[in-house]
Amino acid sequence: MNSAFIIGQYIPGESFIHRLDPRTKISLIFFFVIFVFFANSVLSYALLTIFSFLVALSTKIKPSFIIKGLTPVWFLIIFTFTIHLIVTQEGEVLYRILGFPIYSGALIQGFSISLRFFLLILFTSLLTLTTTPIEITDAIESLLNPLKKIRLPVHELALMMSISLRFIPTLMQETDKISKAQASRGVDFRSGSLKSRVEAVIPLLVPLFISAFKRAEELAMAMEARGYRGGEGRTKLRELKIRKLDYLAMILFSLVIAGMFLLRK
Amino acid sequence: MKYMNNYAVEFNNVSFRYHEDEPWILKDVSFKIEANKTTAIIGHNGSGKSTIAKLMNGLLLPEHGQIYIYGTRVEEESIWDIRREVGMVFQNPDNQFVGTTVKDDVAFGLENRGIPRLDMQKRIDETLKAVGMIDYLLHEPYRLSGGQKQRVAIASVMAITPSILILDEATSMLDPLGRKEILETVQHLRKKDNLSLIMISHEVNEMIKADYVIVMEDGKVSIEGTPKTIFSSEDRVKEVGLDIPLVTEFALSLKRHGMELESNPLTHEELLETLWTYHLKT
Repeated sequence: MNSAFIIGQYIPGESFIHRLDPRTKISLIFFFVIFVFFANSVLSYALLTIFSFLVALSTKIKPSFIIKGLTPVWFLIIFTFTIHLIVTQEGEVLYRILGFPIYSGALIQGFSISLRFFLLILFTSLLTLTTTPIEITDAIESLLNPLKKIRLPVHELALMMSISLRFIPTLMQETDKISKAQASRGVDFRSGSLKSRVEAVIPLLVPLFISAFKRAEELAMAMEARGYRGGEGRTKLRELKIRKLDYLAMILFSLVIAGMFLLRK
Repeated sequence: MKYMNNYAVEFNNVSFRYHEDEPWILKDVSFKIEANKTTAIIGHNGSGKSTIAKLMNGLLLPEHGQIYIYGTRVEEESIWDIRREVGMVFQNPDNQFVGTTVKDDVAFGLENRGIPRLDMQKRIDETLKAVGMIDYLLHEPYRLSGGQKQRVAIASVMAITPSILILDEATSMLDPLGRKEILETVQHLRKKDNLSLIMISHEVNEMIKADYVIVMEDGKVSIEGTPKTIFSSEDRVKEVGLDIPLVTEFALSLKRHGMELESNPLTHEELLETLWTYHLKT
């Protein structure tokens, strides 16, 4: 099957980052997202930037892959930068473009906000690049486990996620089949006005939904026949384990964050 | 729970319908299925044969009558024990694949039963070896053919070591090669693990190899017996609307032309056998 079927953007590898427990990765990223907003000096930004680049390098994923993953957000980064240039009016006027003043404060502000944004996205995309969707699902189930006490159906949510992941390629194949079947009956998906193209989607969606419901029913039956009775008393084949490597990552991360606080203004 | 009774499955005057205002799907059905044999239940769509399968492991419960699995009655309280004994493989290979990989799918049934992780790993390897899918351990379902998916489904069911395996039209969506693959796998497992195999199908060729055949029609048992006795009553079989295997058809028309054949052959080898013994005698 073709590569478009690969879910997410996971790139297999054996690096230090790949081997970390997904729970460690998710928690560290969570804290990183918070602490990025505490940086306020050139040096603290520099530290975080260098740290992010080092982490990215240590995944041993080709930089071109990482950059490709960031393409959709370049626009947002440039957009925020421009907005800040126009709106902020602090410091002295540096240039005038077509009579419009550019303040030094605006330049600094725009640059730092865009950098923050860039670092956030770079760091979170490293998670999806080095962790399989199913590992992320397991990690979420494990991290949300305490919420079972307030009756949040954590196991069910995780099972739902993993079943959806499993059915994405199946439903994509099916969509492809239905669209070919409908095209052979004269439905035109590619030309015509926007309205007619939107209307052409209906004969695609209706059969897809009907078959999805049928699949759901049969799957439920098969699961029950195999003895599924909810999360209670269930064991798990896939195991998450916090190892030395994870402690090492946590310590390293704490040091970087401590350094960042020291370098703040 | 094994060996409480010689019969793997016993239906006693079972009637079933989905709702009170709907017609009966099964009407007063009784039959017995012997342990460690291959039994085929055949019939047309709507004859009630798939309902029988679902009644056997408590996915549905009968309105009247009793069902026994090795002497244990199928009812609300015994369902989870019954499902440990009765494994079921369904028709659509895609809609019974729960895990994201072959390994995860086989693990699913084991996880449900709270089997410890180390045992799980061993059982997964064993059952995947038995169905010849061990090389595909980490494959995702969309990279497998229909026949391979069904073999994984069989492995997932066999991992919990049931004593009865039901194939509910499990080969009907496969190509001839995939069908052959599945039938061979299943027969191999039956001999290896002393399984009672129940095949539900409308494929006449699948019942030739069975030890016993139950033909369903309109929610009732129409004929039952060994494949040979069933096909010797040609008219009855045609009445139910089932095809007669080509070999048997051929032998029957030879008889009609005055050749005194001794038995009713079902396979090419048997036909050959009958023909040369006939030739020796005349």
